[in-house]
Amino acid sequence: MSKQILVGVAALALCAGVSAQKSTADGIAEYRKMLEDGNPAELFEAKGEELWKQKRGPKNASLEACNLGQGPGVVKGAFVTLPRYFADTGRVQDLEDRLVTCMATLQGFDAAEIAKTPFGRGEMANVTALATWVAGMSRGLRFNLPQSNPLERTSYEIGKRAFFYRAGSHDFSCASCHSEDGKRIRLQDLPNLTKNPGDGIGFAAWPAYRVSNGQMWSMQLRLNDCYRQQRFPYPGFASEVTIALGTYMGVNAKGAESIAPAIKR
Amino acid sequence: MNIPYRLILGIALVGALLAGCATGPSPAELDAQAQKVIKTSFRDQGIVKANWLDQDLGLSACSSDKEPDPATADRIMAEALKSVKWPTGGQYMGDWRAGEKLAQSGRGMTWTDTSLDPKENGGNCYNCHQIDNKEISYGTIGPSLWNYGKNRGVTDPAAPATAPIVQYTWVKLWNAKAYSPCSNMPRFGHKNLLNEQQLRDIMALLLDPKSPVNQ
Repeated sequence: MSKQILVGVAALALCAGVSAQKSTADGIAEYRKMLEDGNPAELFEAKGEELWKQKRGPKNASLEACNLGQGPGVVKGAFVTLPRYFADTGRVQDLEDRLVTCMATLQGFDAAEIAKTPFGRGEMANVTALATWVAGMSRGLRFNLPQSNPLERTSYEIGKRAFFYRAGSHDFSCASCHSEDGKRIRLQDLPNLTKNPGDGIGFAAWPAYRVSNGQMWSMQLRLNDCYRQQRFPYPGFASEVTIALGTYMGVNAKGAESIAPAIKR
Repeated sequence: MNIPYRLILGIALVGALLAGCATGPSPAELDAQAQKVIKTSFRDQGIVKANWLDQDLGLSACSSDKEPDPATADRIMAEALKSVKWPTGGQYMGDWRAGEKLAQSGRGMTWTDTSLDPKENGGNCYNCHQIDNKEISYGTIGPSLWNYGKNRGVTDPAAPATAPIVQYTWVKLWNAKAYSPCSNMPRFGHKNLLNEQQLRDIMALLLDPKSPVNQ
């Protein structure tokens, strides 16, 4: 399987050269079609599953007892209910934050160390792979975040306020690009994240494999790079603002079918 | 007569109690909590500092799904208009070719950039606007600017008759909040994102009769 994907990626790279001779529109249509075959995210899913079952860390334990909100060890269906409130930590957590909690409590890793690690490196790369696998286990299920706990409702309200918060050198907020239907930046369609943007769109598409840079992007990295382009300062990994935004987008996406891990340009 | 009155009072009381139980923090409390969460979630990175989160009147009044009240909107627009610095020597027009290059570039002011000098920045124009219609990769957050000068009857940007549209365009680029309090458009002059010459070049792209935009 990994060989097939490599061949596919190589073909894609080749095609980029050839398509320069065609019209831009043709090239884009062709490129989008190619993206539908063979998603390298599968490699990260396989790695994530292995990491889940493997005994690792100072405590030499697996993550199989990790509670993602559906009970210890229950993975299927967990992704489409996150972020949610967890009684043991006393806070609302998204998937990546929760995985780090499990890596700390079950395996003995240092949670603060992981949170400080850049995306794509060390244990942070493992968190991304784990998140990719956990998300994939809910493929085809519909988002249904709980809002019964007062802290979950507060998280939504803070997320909404963060979504509309304008600042930075360019006065942008999330809403500058993501609060109307049918808008684009250049040719990139922008989902309206103030409501359910549709099956497999927006919150229901990440983690996703980015063809343009060959990286697997988790929702935390997706938000991090949104804020970079928004000309905001650097949001901490699993900081309250990123989790609140996840709650806001996830609750708004209620009923949307998850296609994560998706493949993106 | 007495009974319905007491009944209504009772229902109102129960309703008030239930509302008290069901509601969490008030909207004002949530506003304060959100401010605190935003202030504590970000840190400096490279050229981008945490104090970039600070808001002026306009930004704080335009940070929800509701428009500011009319008095606040007027104040934002008046302050924005007052902020405009007019071009040195009344020279509004630069080179549309340089303007097109700036319009194409979305660079600058992120934490992966290394300089705050406007010379390093692009105008981001095509990210949101159609401009020269030969460029098919354009965004739709802002209106189309194709034939911007031609549609406004500009045949000689230096002619006194075109002064109002030339000045309007300069203000729009310098501080778009002068005409629309919650405009999505960055304040290129006011926030020092582009320098005077770069603004002149973009002016020429939009208004010069020889610019491809006006063919």
